[in-house]
Amino acid sequence: MGELITFFSDNQEKVMEQVLEHIGLTFISLLLAAVIAIPAGIFITRRPRLSGGVLAFTGILQTIPSIALLGFLIPILGIGLKPAIFALFLYALLPILRNTYTGISEVDAAVKEAALGIGLSKGQLLRQVELPLALPVIFAGLRTATVINVGVATLAAYIGAGGLGEFIFGGIALNNATMILAGALPAALLAIIFDQLLALLQNANARKLSKAGKPLLLIIPLLSSAYFWPQAYAPGWSAGFPPEFMGRPDGYQKVVDTYGVDFTTTILNNALMYKAVYEGEVDVISGYATDGRVEAYRLRQLEDDRHAFPPYYCAPIMQKKLTEENKKLTDVLNLLSGRINDSVMTVLNYRVDFDKISPGQVAQDFLKAEGLWQPDQKEGGETLIIGSKIFTEQYILVELFSQLINGYTDYDVDTRPGLGGTKICFDALRNGEIDLYPEYTGTGLQVLLDPPQDTLERIITQPDAVYRYVSREFEAQYGLQWLAPLGFNNTYALMMREAQAESLNIKSISDLIRQQ
Amino acid sequence: MIKTQGLTRRFGDFTAVREVSFELQEGETLALIGPSGCGKTTTLKMLNRLITPTAGKVWVNGQDISQQPVVQLRRQMGYVIQDMGLFPHYTVAENIAVVPRLLGWETGKIKTRTGALLEQLGLDTGAFAQKYPHELSGGQQQRVGIARALAANPPIVLMDEPFGALDPLTRQQIRRDFMELEELRSKTTIMVTHDIEEAFEMGSLICLLNRGEVQQLAPPEALLQSPANDFVADFVAEKAAQLELRSAKLRDIFSELPEVPPLQGTALTLSPTLPLLRAIYRLAKARAEHPLGATTYQGQQRYFTLPILIEAFKNNLQSWAN
Repeated sequence: MGELITFFSDNQEKVMEQVLEHIGLTFISLLLAAVIAIPAGIFITRRPRLSGGVLAFTGILQTIPSIALLGFLIPILGIGLKPAIFALFLYALLPILRNTYTGISEVDAAVKEAALGIGLSKGQLLRQVELPLALPVIFAGLRTATVINVGVATLAAYIGAGGLGEFIFGGIALNNATMILAGALPAALLAIIFDQLLALLQNANARKLSKAGKPLLLIIPLLSSAYFWPQAYAPGWSAGFPPEFMGRPDGYQKVVDTYGVDFTTTILNNALMYKAVYEGEVDVISGYATDGRVEAYRLRQLEDDRHAFPPYYCAPIMQKKLTEENKKLTDVLNLLSGRINDSVMTVLNYRVDFDKISPGQVAQDFLKAEGLWQPDQKEGGETLIIGSKIFTEQYILVELFSQLINGYTDYDVDTRPGLGGTKICFDALRNGEIDLYPEYTGTGLQVLLDPPQDTLERIITQPDAVYRYVSREFEAQYGLQWLAPLGFNNTYALMMREAQAESLNIKSISDLIRQQ
Repeated sequence: MIKTQGLTRRFGDFTAVREVSFELQEGETLALIGPSGCGKTTTLKMLNRLITPTAGKVWVNGQDISQQPVVQLRRQMGYVIQDMGLFPHYTVAENIAVVPRLLGWETGKIKTRTGALLEQLGLDTGAFAQKYPHELSGGQQQRVGIARALAANPPIVLMDEPFGALDPLTRQQIRRDFMELEELRSKTTIMVTHDIEEAFEMGSLICLLNRGEVQQLAPPEALLQSPANDFVADFVAEKAAQLELRSAKLRDIFSELPEVPPLQGTALTLSPTLPLLRAIYRLAKARAEHPLGATTYQGQQRYFTLPILIEAFKNNLQSWAN
């Protein structure tokens, strides 16, 4: 609790900004949905033959998993505000539409007949009888939609639309419970507050409700505009960074400290940021040097001329105990040692990302080319669990490891790829939930060990020294063993579009600052 | 006042109403009656265009209603339905005021009118005006429904089984109070009912329908005395005795009444056209204070007491039965 309060006071501005963005996202989409769904709901009560189809269609929209829906929308609407609003809008449609339809259809037929019979026009029937009587039900729909939207809006952070999801995803990636809470708690509070406020309105009778309706017409657009308040000031380069990079000590903060550079950051998920920079949604991203998309999207890696980032040589790590119990296992994994250099890894990544070949196939092709592939040993041995982080390269490495182990030992391999972040893999390994996973020396150094400043400055430019340091410290502190490095250095690198970098003559991060 | 000619309504292949024609003068009451599905409600709803006729026309005061704006047309016709259809979010007073408000009446005038109607229908203004419909009993709700229909003083009142949802006792009371409404005398009323006694008691004309066709359109007594066909005869047979009573008029037994000189006390004057039973009821109600009845027939004023009246009625009943 104390940590949470400290976190809030340290990140006051950021929290405020995210809360405002969150409210804005929720209410812009709610407003749009209400503007479409209420008249549409009324319309289908007049065209009962349409109602089944329309309700079923919005019902189907509702069942699309939110992450998948955001994924579908990116090719059409790009990243940021537009797809987020559109997705939230779609989710808000059904409750409002259905409740408007139900509310109006459920008005007593006798009341409607009497109203028409004594001489109300159709418009008067709607305004004076049907809408007032349906209002509590319509409000219940708005209320459901609001609560859904507050929840789903946390996912907006995945596609760079901000909101409280930034803390939540950052926290998950770094396994930082305080940070998760810092996003989840205000989101839950917002949901409860809006739910209760709307509950008050819903339970008020129709007369009071019609009075409350007018101020609401003002308040909802006002709340909607909240999204744009924090954006009124926005300095520096526009940059898209994944949540983990934002939170790591060797990530965003390190770049800012080393270069004094100023960014307007958008939180983007790993998988989206390459496309985002390619399409000009942002100008700078923090890519991985060996990612297949660097080439494909014609991105330029900026030289880290002041060494903000340590070297990131990749090697499997596992429990020390296990290497001692089974020497064969270590030998098998070390078969890969030094065989995969930067360009080989980039090609492997490219084949998965762009040629759409499965990681398993890519791994098998590589092993065959290297003459390392052997068919599966018999089943029924002990089970070995291999984990990985959630990006392409790690999926391929998991396959390489598992095919080797299956081929050379009688272990049965089980894989757990796509774990949410470094801390999650690391904790899973220490707790014995996985037996090994591929890690990077720089990450081990700065995220997991956090050495004293002078040590860091002494070794940061020397890959071998970093490897020796992490091997020694991991063994001493955690009882974990680093096996031999595979050969490539998948460093963090700031990247820009080649064309833009060329025209501004930017080659290094220092150049970037000069152009600010 | 209101006239229909060849009114027909088809729903697909089914003909709900075929060639219904009638004409009503001011002050007359037409009871549309018949078995379920005979087309009586459809006929009624074609009069205020809730249902559009497939063929045929309706004229009100000589004007073809299909040429009039529908909303204006309906505002000149009171409409009462079985399920009342009061607006649940409006108070009693607001419910009654709906049409006057739509017609743009002044607030003061609306208030006076609402109060007067509530009193006439036996609802205390102070106690009921600000209540909501759900706080009222069924009978009270229907009184409000009637008040709403009459609020803007429409010359025509349409009623679709107005007392059908009420228990027999409440139904009888409301019916009486309704028939005693002074302003109803000058209105043309068309009501749908499935209760043949009610039709005979309230209707000055009965229109008996079967399968969408008019079987007989005549004053109540004519249905008994000269049924147009077997259907009519069968329809009235079961309750003939009660219907005889209902359709009997005071003037039928007028000749039996003795001519007596004016007596002391207050005399109650009755219209010779009122159904006999109602007359007896009224007399019985007033027996304590008003022992006398008086009526005028062909210029002669005749006085009678309750025992004399009942005796005269019995004699007649025997002669009708023979």
